[in-house]
Amino acid sequence: MLQTRPRVALFVTCLVDLYRPTVGFAAIKLLEEAGCQVEVPEVQTCCGQPAYNTGDRATAKDLARNVIDAFLPYDHVVAPSGSCAGMIGHHYPGLFGDEDPHYRGKAEALAAKTHELVSFLTDVLGVDAVKARYEGVVTYHDSCSGLRELGIKAQPRKLLGSVDGLVLKELPDSEVCCGFGGTFCVKYPDISVRMVSDKAKDVRETGADTLLAGDMGCLLNMAGRLQREGAAVKVRHVAEVLAGMTNDAAPIGETK
Amino acid sequence: MVHLTSPAFKENATRALADPGLQKALARTKPQFHGKRAKAVAGLPEFEQLREIGKNIKNHTLANLDFYLERYAAKVEEAGGKVHWCSTADEARAAVLRICRDAGAKTVTKGKSMISEELGINDHLESHGITPVETDLGEYILQLRKEPPSHIIGPAFHLNREDWEESFRESHTDLDPKRVFTERRDILTEARTKLRSRFLAADVGITGANFLIAETGSSVIVTNEGNGDLTQTLPKVHIALASIEKVVPTLEDATSLLRLLARSATGQDFSVYTTFSTGVRRQGDLDGPEEYHVVLIDNGRSNMIGTEFQEMLRCIRCAACMNHCPVYGVTGGHAYGWVYPGPMGSVLTPTLVGVDKAGHLPNASTFCGRCESVCPVKIPLPKLMRHWREREFERHLTPGTVRTNLGLWAWFAKRPAMYRAATRLGIGALSLLGKGKGKFGWMPLAEGWTRGRDLPAPEPGGTFMARYAKTRRNGR
Ligand code: SF4
Repeated sequence: MLQTRPRVALFVTCLVDLYRPTVGFAAIKLLEEAGCQVEVPEVQTCCGQPAYNTGDRATAKDLARNVIDAFLPYDHVVAPSGSCAGMIGHHYPGLFGDEDPHYRGKAEALAAKTHELVSFLTDVLGVDAVKARYEGVVTYHDSCSGLRELGIKAQPRKLLGSVDGLVLKELPDSEVCCGFGGTFCVKYPDISVRMVSDKAKDVRETGADTLLAGDMGCLLNMAGRLQREGAAVKVRHVAEVLAGMTNDAAPIGETK
Repeated sequence: MVHLTSPAFKENATRALADPGLQKALARTKPQFHGKRAKAVAGLPEFEQLREIGKNIKNHTLANLDFYLERYAAKVEEAGGKVHWCSTADEARAAVLRICRDAGAKTVTKGKSMISEELGINDHLESHGITPVETDLGEYILQLRKEPPSHIIGPAFHLNREDWEESFRESHTDLDPKRVFTERRDILTEARTKLRSRFLAADVGITGANFLIAETGSSVIVTNEGNGDLTQTLPKVHIALASIEKVVPTLEDATSLLRLLARSATGQDFSVYTTFSTGVRRQGDLDGPEEYHVVLIDNGRSNMIGTEFQEMLRCIRCAACMNHCPVYGVTGGHAYGWVYPGPMGSVLTPTLVGVDKAGHLPNASTFCGRCESVCPVKIPLPKLMRHWREREFERHLTPGTVRTNLGLWAWFAKRPAMYRAATRLGIGALSLLGKGKGKFGWMPLAEGWTRGRDLPAPEPGGTFMARYAKTRRNGR
């Protein structure tokens, strides 16, 4: 039994590392409870998206090579983010062309075993319920990369449905971008703020007391706007709720 | 001609966001387009398959473009038409003017055509003493208001009913002040009354083309108002303006693409009028022009062939990408500053006017991917915008501050140990600053962020990697 435990490498993501360590610990807990042996490769920094999306392909490639070398030995690579999992799983192979068939092959191999956390639990490990409790009315935003690159939509809802005490209220236009977009949010702040204001309005109108999503970028953006508006909505990463770890950290941007 | 303001995209957008009339008009995007498209798509189970077919038709054609264009031209000539090959906008304008002059034209009616905007046909004709009359309702009002279109299928999408009324009252001086304009029908009736005489008086009719069919030499247009039909059948001379990538091999191919087009554009199964024009009026025909000219325009398209931007030439101008774009949805089309707005414009405009001028456009995207997910011919719009960003980066057009910050970050990110040390310090400092607050209302270097939202403080206790290392040391 023990030998068959899959060896999973956690790709922490830079935002979870810096802003929200509890999400990393929640991911480890969920993966271990589902029977995985989790390791956290120490050389990881960032998947390279900021460079990739700024057009700096050379830097994106350098960072991708680091990630590939560090993570390829594992059975699976899991990230608590659709955006970073999409970067590794969808975009890495395209970074290496015919001039670098060696890394292209490796990138493809890594892409094939890279997953976003929640969909990994449900689709690969077959988890259909978690042991957690959360008293609250929750709404869920579908982050763009997870939704459109990885098809993540039903998976978080399925697991949230198994959380004791939790009531899920659907967010209208949950598939519309929140306006984060990586560096977009600081390059085009006026447009970004307008987009996130529309999102905040939709969130408030659901009457939910908690907003969840699976990507830290969107969560920081939405939390920042909701708090600027003084809305009493708690914002958390979905993994915190699924792991029953909401007591480990105050909601994003709050102190208690 | 559309005046290029793409370099001022940011300022344009800021102005657009503060324009209540525009915002009111844009609020119609969702009810008018989203639900309808979704319903039409749901009603056709093979839609996904059809997208793949559409993509393949276009790819095949682009791979054999010379062949199909020559075959098309031969068929046009066979049916008594004439093809004018134009590699630049100048040549195309000259060709149109020449045809109009040869016909002794004083007025010219026009169906909706984006390529006509790209070429600036109206200004060119006007400056040579020929009056162009737009017959599409939206284009008609824009001509009265001297405004460019803001949307590729709903050119006056940025206007509200009040704007229409105002323009009519200003321009139609014979208008009874008691006339009411509450319904779309009232607007339509007024425009039709005015246009009727113009249709009859026109010497030349100019239309665009949604498709050119190589097999038959036909040009195809789709409209919902029927104005295109009158434009191309009543005058003696019909000019169809089309860029080279509009050609498709067969009638059957055109039909497949038509099934995608209307559903993607307006959520209709089919547009109200789909009109095929083949050559000149034959003996016994009840109507049709005596002369049929196709002005076939390259204007930068062939430069895209064989590059990473070739896929953009699959575009069938359905507007689904802009209808579903969250940026277009709040800025509207004029902010993009040239003929083609939204995601398709963000890829196309830099190719046509230069990325040095239109560099903002491919950057002003969150890469949310919704455009690609609705595009009927599966154009990977975000990927193509990213290619533009790469070209900008290579050519050092990316702003210096962005390059410097990115370079600094990359230096650390490539060196995990240094990165670890630096982030530990940085996050420690941030946590200290944010202690007891949980968030920041303002932060140097993050002004773009904090202008409209708080910056959540990092969770106290240090970075994940530091905490994780500690738990490991303590034998967790
Ligand atoms: S890019 Fe695609 S969605 Fe946009 S107008 Fe062209 S065909 Fe339509």
